Amino acid sequence: MRLIINKIFLGLSIFSALIGLAFLAWILTTLFIKGLSSFHFGLFLNDLIDGGLRNLIVGQMILAGLASIIGIPLGMAAGIYIQEYGRGKYADVIRDLSDIMMSAPSIVIGAFVYAVVVVPTGGTSGFAGAIALAIMMIPVVINTTDNMLSLVPRELREAGIALGASKYKVIIDIVIKAAKVGIMTGILLAFARIIGETAPLLFTSETSNYFSLDLTESFPSLTVSIYDLANEPEESSRDLAWAASFILTVLVLIINLSGRFITRNKK
Amino acid sequence: MEKIFQKLALSSASLVFVLLVGIFITLYSAAKPAIDEFGFDFITNPDWNKEVPIEISSSTAVTPSTNMSDKASSEVKDASIEDEDDMMLDDEDDDMMLDDEDDDVTTKTIYGGLVPIVGTLLTTLIALVFALPIAMGIAVFLAEIAPKNISNVVGIAIELLAAIPSIIFGMWGLYYFAPIIADMFGGYQVSLLTAGLVLGVMILPFMAAITRDSMNTTPAVLKESAYALGATKFEVIKDIIFPYSKVGIIGSIILALGRALGETMAVAFLIGSIFVLPQKITDPTISIPVAMANNFGEASGLGESALFYLALILFIISFAVISIAKFYFLKKAK
Amino acid sequence: MPVLNIKKFSFTYPGVEHPSLKNINLPIKRHAITALIGPSGCGKSTLLRSMNRIHDLYPGNKYEGKIEFTDQDKSVSDILEIKKENEFIELRQKIGMIFQKPTPFPMSIFENVAYGLKIAGVKNKTELADRVEVALKGSALWKEVHDRLDKSAMGLSGGQQQRLCIARAVAVKPEILLFDEPTSALDPISTGAIEELIVELKKDVSIAIVTHNMQQASRISDFTAFMYLGDLIEFDKTENIFLNPKEKKTEDYITGRFG
Repeated sequence: MRLIINKIFLGLSIFSALIGLAFLAWILTTLFIKGLSSFHFGLFLNDLIDGGLRNLIVGQMILAGLASIIGIPLGMAAGIYIQEYGRGKYADVIRDLSDIMMSAPSIVIGAFVYAVVVVPTGGTSGFAGAIALAIMMIPVVINTTDNMLSLVPRELREAGIALGASKYKVIIDIVIKAAKVGIMTGILLAFARIIGETAPLLFTSETSNYFSLDLTESFPSLTVSIYDLANEPEESSRDLAWAASFILTVLVLIINLSGRFITRNKK
Repeated sequence: MEKIFQKLALSSASLVFVLLVGIFITLYSAAKPAIDEFGFDFITNPDWNKEVPIEISSSTAVTPSTNMSDKASSEVKDASIEDEDDMMLDDEDDDMMLDDEDDDVTTKTIYGGLVPIVGTLLTTLIALVFALPIAMGIAVFLAEIAPKNISNVVGIAIELLAAIPSIIFGMWGLYYFAPIIADMFGGYQVSLLTAGLVLGVMILPFMAAITRDSMNTTPAVLKESAYALGATKFEVIKDIIFPYSKVGIIGSIILALGRALGETMAVAFLIGSIFVLPQKITDPTISIPVAMANNFGEASGLGESALFYLALILFIISFAVISIAKFYFLKKAK
Repeated sequence: MPVLNIKKFSFTYPGVEHPSLKNINLPIKRHAITALIGPSGCGKSTLLRSMNRIHDLYPGNKYEGKIEFTDQDKSVSDILEIKKENEFIELRQKIGMIFQKPTPFPMSIFENVAYGLKIAGVKNKTELADRVEVALKGSALWKEVHDRLDKSAMGLSGGQQQRLCIARAVAVKPEILLFDEPTSALDPISTGAIEELIVELKKDVSIAIVTHNMQQASRISDFTAFMYLGDLIEFDKTENIFLNPKEKKTEDYITGRFG
């Protein structure tokens, strides 16, 4: 009897794992079939106004790249503070708040940036979009930096200090170097996460049909355009949305996998 | 130099504090007009963007909207519900188009948040009911049943799937999943049910991955001592692993719940985006993030303020949920 | 007739070329305490963990030789032949195990001791209560915990937790108990209590114990096996091993020249 219950339970567990995997396989195959059938290299050469995706892909990369330029130094500096300088309550509070911010609804962050950037500057802009993404990214970078620095053995710091190096020198030259791989992985995962975000961009950068490098205007965004295109009634727009989703997913997965690859190789 | 470096680090850390407080204050002040106008009744009022005569209690008369769709007829908003438009909209809820403050002095526009609040909670609930057993099954499979190499491969696959942008879950849901569900359960393709299920599929990998991590904290020697007593795998999971990692698992579930509450894109495609209280699980409605996503661009004045009020409510709910998960359960689990 | 007779036994971990145990011949005698000693990595724990096949929780191990188990009805079986789940369960109910660190389950004191009985199918409430009481008395814990049986086992001290684990193992009336360095995580007073208890248990069960602590082996065991790098170097009565070892390596180890 016990053995039968055991078998049933294990069967159920394997079955539910299969259901879960089947769903995920379904999504991926849909994405690949629909995406590949609409995919052609012309998409990289034309802008959305001519039925291509060039401006959107470039735009999304610029938004995420700019967000990283803002978010990574701030996040790392904050992570360093929490782990290396923070003593007592304040660092703990910041760590907790950062954890909470990491899970804050992204649309709310979009609304916040809308209120503090878009409204005062008189309209949606690439800057506003990048700021929204940076706010999404900062807590993730803080979390990784904090975790990875905590893995660096204390003796390493003490050895540096014992040599007469100042604390910031020890942090920059020794501690960060020792934790480099982990931090880089975390940053890549954070980048993969923000590059696929739609909600915080909806009313900050919006999107544009044209190629643009002007960050003070509405800025082309791949994800926002996917949302628009997917809701168009014409079949051709939806196909373009699938192609765009396919490219986005491949991009996200490549970044994600290379992050994992770095850590694995290091080990 | 040392001083400068330390100051920089400190101010970056303080930025987190400033941002969070800033978000709260900004949302609050942007929501202030709506809060002043509607107070806490906002939460229980099901009418969104409805014209009511001034000085007469709202139930007596309904003046139809005079300010018909201008720029506000957003193609985004309507596209997903286009096909069902006419059947879906009941007579008096017809004026769901967002309009600006009416100039007509004898009427005013009122906004109530009940529908999106209910929509948010119900989609999350459906997602949780659907995802929970499957995620637990996957977690058990990964942590205890599968051989190590299979567990690693499947584990990475699950984690990668958790990284797929949510908008893709929404698209897939609308064009491939919803038609099947609508055939099975009747009703509309865009509904609470389909939105909740797709949301469930979306949080599934996340929930499974962090639940597995919690289960893996059970010391091997504890499991071994149960096996050494002659326990079966089921008994070890039920009597040892679940009780041992209970707090961590609950924390993981709540964290997934927090994610579901604030999710925009997976739901936006499927919920129908209309401000109508659902009568059945197969009816379309709206959630807070979707209300914001689809109406923000066109809103102004009190309408925009009401959306900020919704954002504030969402922010507070998810802040509370995440805090409970992180500080009560996950801290304890460590 | 020894209760366990290990014959030409070799054991290889998965993914490793060389066996961790080589051609071991060792009897575990009935109603006696057999101590396994040797430096870290000598394979003494690996050998102990083969006796109830707990290794098999992790796939890919390779066994060679025989471990013959003679149970109370004198029927002999080779525990390395076991393949089916129900046979494993039966084996582990007959051969209990105590680990290095105390392993109280996340449940009450009573539930901990009753757990093995419950999964073995004992449902009757009074029988459960009786046997839990007997087991707790047998492991000298009853006086300390009888008034808080429903409290969590996590609240006990380390030594109490270890005695609880012994009670839990004893409750199902096994024929053999395997102890894997049971006192290495405990203070000297708790260690003394556990040692007394193990000696006491000898009248009901046969015991094999892995220990780092040579004084412990000489204090409580009847037989001692000295192992080194996967080989069984010497097996004899405990006093012979400690007073009059035949092998040079054994002498070096017990006199503290290495290890």
